[in-house]
Amino acid sequence: MCENCGCANNDHFHVHPDPGAGHPPHEHHEPHEQGPAHSHAHAEAGGWHAHTAADGSVSWHSHGGHGGQPVLDANQREAERNRGYFRARDLLVLNLVSSPGAGKTTLLRKTLERLHPQVGCAVVVGDLETQADAEALRPSGAPVVQITTGTVCHLDARMVSAAVDTLPKEGVRLLFIENVGNLVCPASFDLGESHRIVLLAATEGENKPLKYPPIFHGARAVLISKTDLAEPAGFDLALAREAITQVAPQAEIIELSSRTGAGLDAWISLLERLLA
Amino acid sequence: MHEVAISEALLEQLVTLAGQHGWTRLSRVWVRMGLLSGVVPEALEFSFSAMAVGTVAEEAELVMETIPGRFGCGACGEFDLERFEFACPQCGGPLQLLKAGRELMISGVELMDSPTHPET
Repeated sequence: MCENCGCANNDHFHVHPDPGAGHPPHEHHEPHEQGPAHSHAHAEAGGWHAHTAADGSVSWHSHGGHGGQPVLDANQREAERNRGYFRARDLLVLNLVSSPGAGKTTLLRKTLERLHPQVGCAVVVGDLETQADAEALRPSGAPVVQITTGTVCHLDARMVSAAVDTLPKEGVRLLFIENVGNLVCPASFDLGESHRIVLLAATEGENKPLKYPPIFHGARAVLISKTDLAEPAGFDLALAREAITQVAPQAEIIELSSRTGAGLDAWISLLERLLA
Repeated sequence: MHEVAISEALLEQLVTLAGQHGWTRLSRVWVRMGLLSGVVPEALEFSFSAMAVGTVAEEAELVMETIPGRFGCGACGEFDLERFEFACPQCGGPLQLLKAGRELMISGVELMDSPTHPET
């Protein structure tokens, strides 16, 4: 259980659009209305029917798609909507996840310096509070939307859709979603992204992938960040690579340091391949 | 503690289903989850029982079932496990996670005090 976040209310988050884009600086997003078609779809999707046992007790079973009715159905539908929107706009969308302080924002800053505006980039960044990350990224000139989640420890598809609504409709080809720093909760919420990219800092333990498999499994790439600190921190890169491969055999592994610039070429080349 | 968000979604669905099917009180709720669903069963149980107060599921017991994942060992081959292991339980060699699901679903409910006991 996360101790540094107590996500209680999923409906209270704030979108802080890029002031440069001419939007009000502090817009409160209300939950979407869910029309009558919504609950109807549930009933059909679930395939519910009753059984009566010999002792008279009644139970109902769902024979939905995969032997039940999905609990995060609402998020999944919103994620699929996002995915369709991103596809229609030919947007490459990367969901960046890591524990707090692994260097997501610094990497993004360096990435934007190299790519934007040759490749039109935009960023949606999530944190519990403050607009510090958005402010750190804005000098790049790329539009940046900050989502402050209040107490919620992850971004969900609805927050992303509300944030994306405030971004310019033209000129964006690559959208980075910097998730809330957390290796547990974001794993359960599909945002509609094209790929998930996980950062593992050389100041963390090499076995993090084995401790938090859901977030690493299925990642398109795992970036071992802060490699300039690997030696002083006693971080064994080979051991980390081994752990990543055990959980995410398909993931490309890139070692980099945003501070020294080592490995950034490999990261940029991955982005170029994904954009191609 | 995203289990609070998950419990919220779970209860929302149960309340909707209850309205559709006329359920008044639930005694059990079965949930199936993939190994990669990212749910900590104890945390889900805790948040569910706290949040279910005042709903049809107030007295319901949450029964959680894990859908196994597929693991592979270079020496011993492939097998299914219901929890994460990264050392082969047979030979101790490195184990690779091959396939596991992120699904999280309600597979059934049991009603308390069924209004009629249809003994046909």
